[in-house]
Amino acid sequence: MSTTTIDTLRFATAGSVDDGKSTLVGRLLHDSKSILTDQLEAVERVSADRGQAGPDLALLTDGLRAEREQGITIDVAYRYFATTRRRFILADTPGHVQYTRNMVTGASTAELAIVLVDARNGVVEQTRRHAAVAALLRVPHVVLAVNKMDLVGYAEREFRRIVDDFTRHADALGLSGFTSIPVSALVGDNVVDRSGRMDWYDGPALLEFLETVPVGAEATDAPARFPVQYVIRHGEVRHYAGQLVSGTLRVGDPVTVHPSGETSEITGIDVLGETAEAAYAPQSISVRLADQRDVSRGDMITTAAAGTPTLTRDVRAAVCHLAERPLSVGDRVLLRHTTRTVKAVVKDLGGHPELTTNDLGRIVLRTAEPLAVDDYAAVRRTGSFILVDPVDGATLTAGMVDLSSPPTTG
Amino acid sequence: MTGTPYTLSHLDALESEAVHIFREVAGEFERPVVLFSGGKDSIVMLHLALKAFAPAAVPFSLLHVDTGHNFPEVLDYRDRTVARHGLRLHVASVQDYIDRGVLRERPDGTRNPLQTVPLTEKIQAEKFDAVFGGGRRDEEKARAKERVFSLRDEFSQWDPRRQRPELWNLYNGRHAPGEHVRVFPLSNWTELDVWQYIAREGIELPEIYFAHEREVFRRAGMWLTAGEWGGPKDGETVEKRQVRYRTVGDMSCTGAVDSDAVTLDQVITEIAASRLTERGATRADDKMSEAAMEDRKREGYF
Repeated sequence: MSTTTIDTLRFATAGSVDDGKSTLVGRLLHDSKSILTDQLEAVERVSADRGQAGPDLALLTDGLRAEREQGITIDVAYRYFATTRRRFILADTPGHVQYTRNMVTGASTAELAIVLVDARNGVVEQTRRHAAVAALLRVPHVVLAVNKMDLVGYAEREFRRIVDDFTRHADALGLSGFTSIPVSALVGDNVVDRSGRMDWYDGPALLEFLETVPVGAEATDAPARFPVQYVIRHGEVRHYAGQLVSGTLRVGDPVTVHPSGETSEITGIDVLGETAEAAYAPQSISVRLADQRDVSRGDMITTAAAGTPTLTRDVRAAVCHLAERPLSVGDRVLLRHTTRTVKAVVKDLGGHPELTTNDLGRIVLRTAEPLAVDDYAAVRRTGSFILVDPVDGATLTAGMVDLSSPPTTG
Repeated sequence: MTGTPYTLSHLDALESEAVHIFREVAGEFERPVVLFSGGKDSIVMLHLALKAFAPAAVPFSLLHVDTGHNFPEVLDYRDRTVARHGLRLHVASVQDYIDRGVLRERPDGTRNPLQTVPLTEKIQAEKFDAVFGGGRRDEEKARAKERVFSLRDEFSQWDPRRQRPELWNLYNGRHAPGEHVRVFPLSNWTELDVWQYIAREGIELPEIYFAHEREVFRRAGMWLTAGEWGGPKDGETVEKRQVRYRTVGDMSCTGAVDSDAVTLDQVITEIAASRLTERGATRADDKMSEAAMEDRKREGYF
């Protein structure tokens, strides 16, 4: 069996408490034969010790002592499984505690998000929140998984009602396109195999969809963005090392270095020790420039041809606040953007005095030095940042640059 | 859309991500070190570090926690590798701690849990602020919760409830003096990825990873190597078998599997077909309790 040519889908799950998310994840792992014998034996042993009749699939994912003791999921976990068609990295985000920040964390690297809804309850506050996060983080694909279809008699009417309801919210959020699948995680309908109990549904089972949805859409025809991570000095030669986060670089390309604005030309590209004529996102590479420039970690190299990033000290963004302690107007923070960390002050929070844990909001920051940013909508990696507490280093807030947003009135 | 957008193979994507992590650490930390046991994961880490900084040298030293019960083939490999790349090797020795009376041999003879104190004391003594480990999230469910950059307090402790959320590829390595960050560049790799990468890159491994005749005995469902470390005991009989190892660790708790795989391709075929996890097949210490790995990690184990 060769698995070297198949690609990887990173996806995240979101669901409220008792929507059956752990069971769905357990079912995906179990029915796709991704659980190995010793893992299943461990689950069976613990389930039997507790007097449960069958293996509790939620135990496959709840790995920490406190999680097993309390029967809850504490934090994002990353699960791996593979079928013959694709490899999967699942950001398993708990619906219980601090759901929004966990979903934001999981969704930041995901190309697909599964929003799980209990067929009996339909679209609830949590569902709207999950849809809002998926829209905000611009997760390329969203699946609405209507779970517990077995408890509503596998009725098409119930499914349609929920899909229609969700569609209205999605439209309002600008969430363009999603895929709806009726499932029963407990019984296994439409999770790995198509169910025979819902003749009215002719779409794919969940796993089938995960296996076939297009990935790698973050296009290489996006403008070239190359944040300098590290300068490798070798004799007299300086190699600017980093990961090309979008676009393409070629030997001979004229380039601009930000924020200095100096221009030069690429004279050499190395892809991990091999010379190359061109490099493509997301390769880790190093480049050499025609002129001896003062280029260092935190700078960004772009080609002149494609659109240039916006150089600004006034960063407007959508944010999700992650930390326990609130974020207030006037707070001094560190802003980490690509490989650059700068001091910043919170100028405005959309008119609110503070943001607390899990709050989504709009922010204006003033930075001590100019940053070369893109709209998050255009380039995810040069449009995203985190705010860090300058005292204890805690990660406070996740931010998505929105240059088009009107300046808020302070 | 027309055209053929360039997409990286999954091994290229994993390699690119791991190299990005190595370079982040080089850019952000003062005194990083790579945990190097001579096992396949740390061998892959070193290979990635060499590529990340080529044509210059790797700007890190290596650290080996020597249990005193290591496979001689692996120690030999370790020393040859260090010499070939002109690297500096630090050794934290469990045997030293036992000889000095600071640590005591456990009744079951396994030395894996004893590694934590020498490791954490060496980190403090050398003031390492970033410690690369080869841990993969697919290994074990406590590891599934591990961050790529994982802050450890001044006692090297891991607190899964107080982990920093990790967004996009913005790794936050800020730490106070005395604290350090454990860094896991192979987080998103699976055991099969590691083997496929070794095959693709033509990386040399210690011989014990390939099937060979060895004197072993049965204990707790595993084949253990007979040796001066304390096996076999009464009632355990030594026999010659064709075996290989899936992991490398302390001889007292790392089991071999029956195998005919003498080439990398055969090893990959065998692993792809295996219905046991790497650790389930060969690690006695992970079976000690339901939360054995989590408990050790909390104390500072890698």
